Amino acid sequence: MINQKIINATLHLADTTLILAQKNSEWCAHGPILEQDIAITNITLDLIGQSRMFYQYAAELINELENKTETEDTLSYLRSEREFKNFLIAELPNGDWAQTILRQFFFSSFQQLLFEKLQHIEDKQISAIAVKSLKEINYHVKWSSEWVIRLGDGTSESHSRMVKAIEILWPYTGEFFNAEENDLTEVEKIKSNWIQKIEAVFIEANLLIPQNIFMQLGGKQGFHTEHLGYILTEMQSLQRAYPWLEW
Amino acid sequence: MNIKITKYYYGDIPEETTSAQSSKPNTVELGWPLWEVFIRSKQGLDHKHAGSLHAADAAMAIENARDVYTRRQEGISIWVIESKHIHASNPADATMFYEPSEDKIYRHPTFYDLPDEIKHM
Repeated sequence: MINQKIINATLHLADTTLILAQKNSEWCAHGPILEQDIAITNITLDLIGQSRMFYQYAAELINELENKTETEDTLSYLRSEREFKNFLIAELPNGDWAQTILRQFFFSSFQQLLFEKLQHIEDKQISAIAVKSLKEINYHVKWSSEWVIRLGDGTSESHSRMVKAIEILWPYTGEFFNAEENDLTEVEKIKSNWIQKIEAVFIEANLLIPQNIFMQLGGKQGFHTEHLGYILTEMQSLQRAYPWLEW
Repeated sequence: MNIKITKYYYGDIPEETTSAQSSKPNTVELGWPLWEVFIRSKQGLDHKHAGSLHAADAAMAIENARDVYTRRQEGISIWVIESKHIHASNPADATMFYEPSEDKIYRHPTFYDLPDEIKHM
């Protein structure tokens, strides 16, 4: 049965991967070295691929339920800030390389646990997307955790950059496990597994998990940081200026 | 002023020059060595040289190779080796190395009459 709940959940998955891809894509041609420039861009392309599958499915559901003509393009290019349901962590500025790879590590580790659950849910389309995406996500986790270890356990400069990145990003990780009515699975139940994963890598990286930190919430409900407006303005500018331009 | 130019053959770069003193920040200065990448395109075929890249260690070199050289389904297996471990023949030796075999065509197995029963030769 199609309902608003599954539509919102699908849009949340689509928006988070699209906005994170949009942020990561800023590294294109600016990576620390050519090889890592390609690595982060490959991950970005994986995320865009995932978001497309979710948007296509969301459009299908919306059109059937509300008799509309949404497409993956209308959903990504014609919605505004309050309609986007992405996690706040996706829309934060890239910062330095440490901050970018740490965000990828936090998010991919969460996504891995979430999609392992989603591949068994009743909704066939979502579970199929989860199965397909997990192959990519497993690599994202491997790649990003190795970077966390490399920088955390590297020089005093790289270590201090990782510590700063943790300070900035940690308050945005609580949102992963903040249960709400649209969730497709019980997200609060994967929290302890996520913490274990992070801790295992942090121990090797000589880093510490912050304790008793206030957690930022709101993304899933459409309450965003000041950064999202700028992202959408840039991402949607071509469509807004030249509607349905083709090339 | 005497400037000493040392010419190295591919892969024979000694350790000390891999941490160059140039003021320009680059991967060589960061101490990221060069690696040669070999890709096997499918089961049963041998690994072929695909190119080279920079990486901090072997694990990173394999991942970089995955990202740089297999993104269009080019391979199913990757080998990497630090370029400095590859030793190359000296181009100046080419004459004595390769030319003597030019007039020894009898080394090609083309002087035998093969029985008709033998296929695929």
